[in-house]
Amino acid sequence: MKTKKMKDIVSKAAPLLALILLFMILSVATDKFLTMNNMMNILRQTAVNGLISAAMLVVLITAGIDLSVGANAILCACVMGMLKNSLGITNPFILILACIITGLCVGFLNGLLLTKMHLPHPFVSTLGMKNVLCGLALLVVSTKTISDFPAGVTFLGSSNLFKSLDGFSGIPLCFVVLLLIYGVYHFFLNKTALGRMIYCVGGNPEAARLSGINSDNVLIFVYSLSGFMCAIAGLVIVGRSAVANPSAAISPYDTDAIAACIIGGASFMGGKGTIWGTLIGALMISTIRNGLTLLNTSSSVQYIVIGMVIIAAVFIDVTRSRMEAKARRLAAK
Amino acid sequence: MSLMELKDVTKRFPGVVALRNMSLEIKPGEIHGLIGENGAGKSTLIKVLTGVYTPEEGTLIMEGKEVSFKNPREAAAHGIACVYQELNIVRLLSVTDNIFINKALKKKNSPLLEYEKMHEMAHEVMLSLGQDIDVKKECGTYGMGIQQMVEIAKAVLIDAKLIIMDEPTSSLGEKEVAQLMKTVRSLKEKGISILFVSHKLEELFELCDRVTVMRDGEHILTKDISEMDNDSLISAMVGRTLDNQYPKIETTRGKEALRVEHLNSTGLLKDVSFHANYGEILGFAGLVGAGRTETFRAIFGADGHDSGNIYINEKPATIKTPKDAIRQGIAFLTEDRKGQGLVLTQSVRTNLILSSMKKCKKGLFLDEKHIDQLAVDNVEGLKIKISDSKEAVGQLSGGNQQKVVIGKWINTNADIYIFDEPTRGIDVGAKVEVYNIMNHLIKAGKCVIMISSELPEIIGMSDRVIIMREGKIMGELSRDSDLLNQETIMKAAWGGAIQ
Repeated sequence: MKTKKMKDIVSKAAPLLALILLFMILSVATDKFLTMNNMMNILRQTAVNGLISAAMLVVLITAGIDLSVGANAILCACVMGMLKNSLGITNPFILILACIITGLCVGFLNGLLLTKMHLPHPFVSTLGMKNVLCGLALLVVSTKTISDFPAGVTFLGSSNLFKSLDGFSGIPLCFVVLLLIYGVYHFFLNKTALGRMIYCVGGNPEAARLSGINSDNVLIFVYSLSGFMCAIAGLVIVGRSAVANPSAAISPYDTDAIAACIIGGASFMGGKGTIWGTLIGALMISTIRNGLTLLNTSSSVQYIVIGMVIIAAVFIDVTRSRMEAKARRLAAK
Repeated sequence: MSLMELKDVTKRFPGVVALRNMSLEIKPGEIHGLIGENGAGKSTLIKVLTGVYTPEEGTLIMEGKEVSFKNPREAAAHGIACVYQELNIVRLLSVTDNIFINKALKKKNSPLLEYEKMHEMAHEVMLSLGQDIDVKKECGTYGMGIQQMVEIAKAVLIDAKLIIMDEPTSSLGEKEVAQLMKTVRSLKEKGISILFVSHKLEELFELCDRVTVMRDGEHILTKDISEMDNDSLISAMVGRTLDNQYPKIETTRGKEALRVEHLNSTGLLKDVSFHANYGEILGFAGLVGAGRTETFRAIFGADGHDSGNIYINEKPATIKTPKDAIRQGIAFLTEDRKGQGLVLTQSVRTNLILSSMKKCKKGLFLDEKHIDQLAVDNVEGLKIKISDSKEAVGQLSGGNQQKVVIGKWINTNADIYIFDEPTRGIDVGAKVEVYNIMNHLIKAGKCVIMISSELPEIIGMSDRVIIMREGKIMGELSRDSDLLNQETIMKAAWGGAIQ
């Protein structure tokens, strides 16, 4: 029993250990890595992927996938750009509201496509949605990059707390907000009935249905939540870059998010994954990016490394479930 | 010399002995019938013969030489083929492609396939089975009968000496059955032996030379079919005596809980009507596929139905989804515990509240204290053996998993409990505990409906028994009736009248 518990802890802490190991390696490899400001940089770079990963996590738990997350976030940013440029709206409250409504609507639509139109797997519908959204993002701003957003909009992505004159860049507000959202997520997924239902629908949709859980409604909620998180991510993107760039819609936000979730213990089979694991996964990816940049590696190499990390993470996922299935068989004997 | 002989073969699974000192002898060129009740071990026997399972004990002797099959390929190399009930047909590929699926012919010194030759051979072999069809067409465009012939063609083409047919007529129409019988006889004339597994006695009498009866994984008898009749076959199949493992209690029958009138579902259910009362256990007997599960899936809203009325507490009820059914006090323990009853990756406590999660809330959040108490009550009341309710339910034994499913339903406070094969795959001790839980429920005035394929269990625990066959209700027997015995039930389940 005790060894089983130990194994459990080790397997849960494995991503954290990997992250610590990565930190140690990079600290030795370059003295520019382990500085306060660089740490803050990593947190800043984690925020967007962290938010999109939170969007991805809930759909992965239901054994689904949402490939439209990145395009959705960029569309949300571009909708704000359109309102500002074409209609001259500068009220940050209205802009942010429009951003969130856009994200929610896209997510809701993804949910409807999956449940009411009975498309076979969300991979197909959200892949289609991704392309639609890429096009829409270009369309609403006439393929132009929009800048000069009001401070109320860029505030979330650009502010830093406790900035000091002696060179400390401050704690990025977007990361603090990310932590707050993750906290809410933690309570939502673990302590509420709906959160528990999401895991059950993911773990065994038929058993959930026969137990009286309305799986369709749960799924629609999950995709809407995903859309909402994308909208927040879009807001942070505008703040961080100070622009809404429609061509960013094809950036690999979706694969980065999937990688973060899988590294953190989620599974394509559904029913598994935690928000804190996802945080570690997101930190891992931005740390790799950051470290490789500090080591003056070209962006082409960065792509290759991230790609390999994704493959390794999926490999770990399938190996893990094979081992678990084996352990179950042994336990049943 | 016999073609295939099994001697003292034993195959165990966790908690059950599927085959116990089983023996079987098949002569060259004979049609050998194999029958037994549900769970008698026929499927395991087939899987031993085809190399899917390797038995722990015993020997297989083929044409005088001892053989052992590590996998289906080795069995096929020895000339053993099986046409399973679920056909292995790729519907989108042509008949030829299906026949040559694992042995495609290649052109000499070329990676390309020799299609001309393959089409020719496929046409020839189909013709020899009495099917003059276009083998270039997709297999899915043909009916079940021809798809089955494609499977048989595969067997003929590997020069099979023994073809096993597992309930080959179950999905065929009358004409197709006649054609199949003709084909089987012509295979026999070519010297091929057939092991014919069927649930239909009349087919055995028509077709077979000899018949073997199995029961509880053991060999009961092998005789020439001419020496047997309906009654002697059935009594050989059931032959068990009832022992005292059924803790039946007497209760007073209460009001009507559930009434079903003229339930119809195309191809599945034909005019099913019955009622169930509070304070009684109503047993549903019949062969696998008789429509018992389908009846209750329709009532529970898991599947739709075409017509029919359902009354709960003598009031008409509309049930479209399982959620509706649960709201109206119905609980449905499904036969497939792992696939439909539990979320294996989740904890015991989560599974216990799966159907009643909304009742376990305190404000926004789940009321963990309440759930703790519920879990403690369930674990004690149902004797679930676990160390911690946070354990994943997938780690538990079959019996304990089943108790978790029962707990899940008890926590909904249901009045009508439908138990579909509640003791399947669990050990004897846990079975008795499940019976005691059912007793406890009827003592508390609830209504229990038990679908079971184990006749002793049906007879041992039910107050009334309804027998189904091919989607229809064949009759009803009360506990105090002299006719309530295994022979009568089996006869009705196989299509005979209750008398």
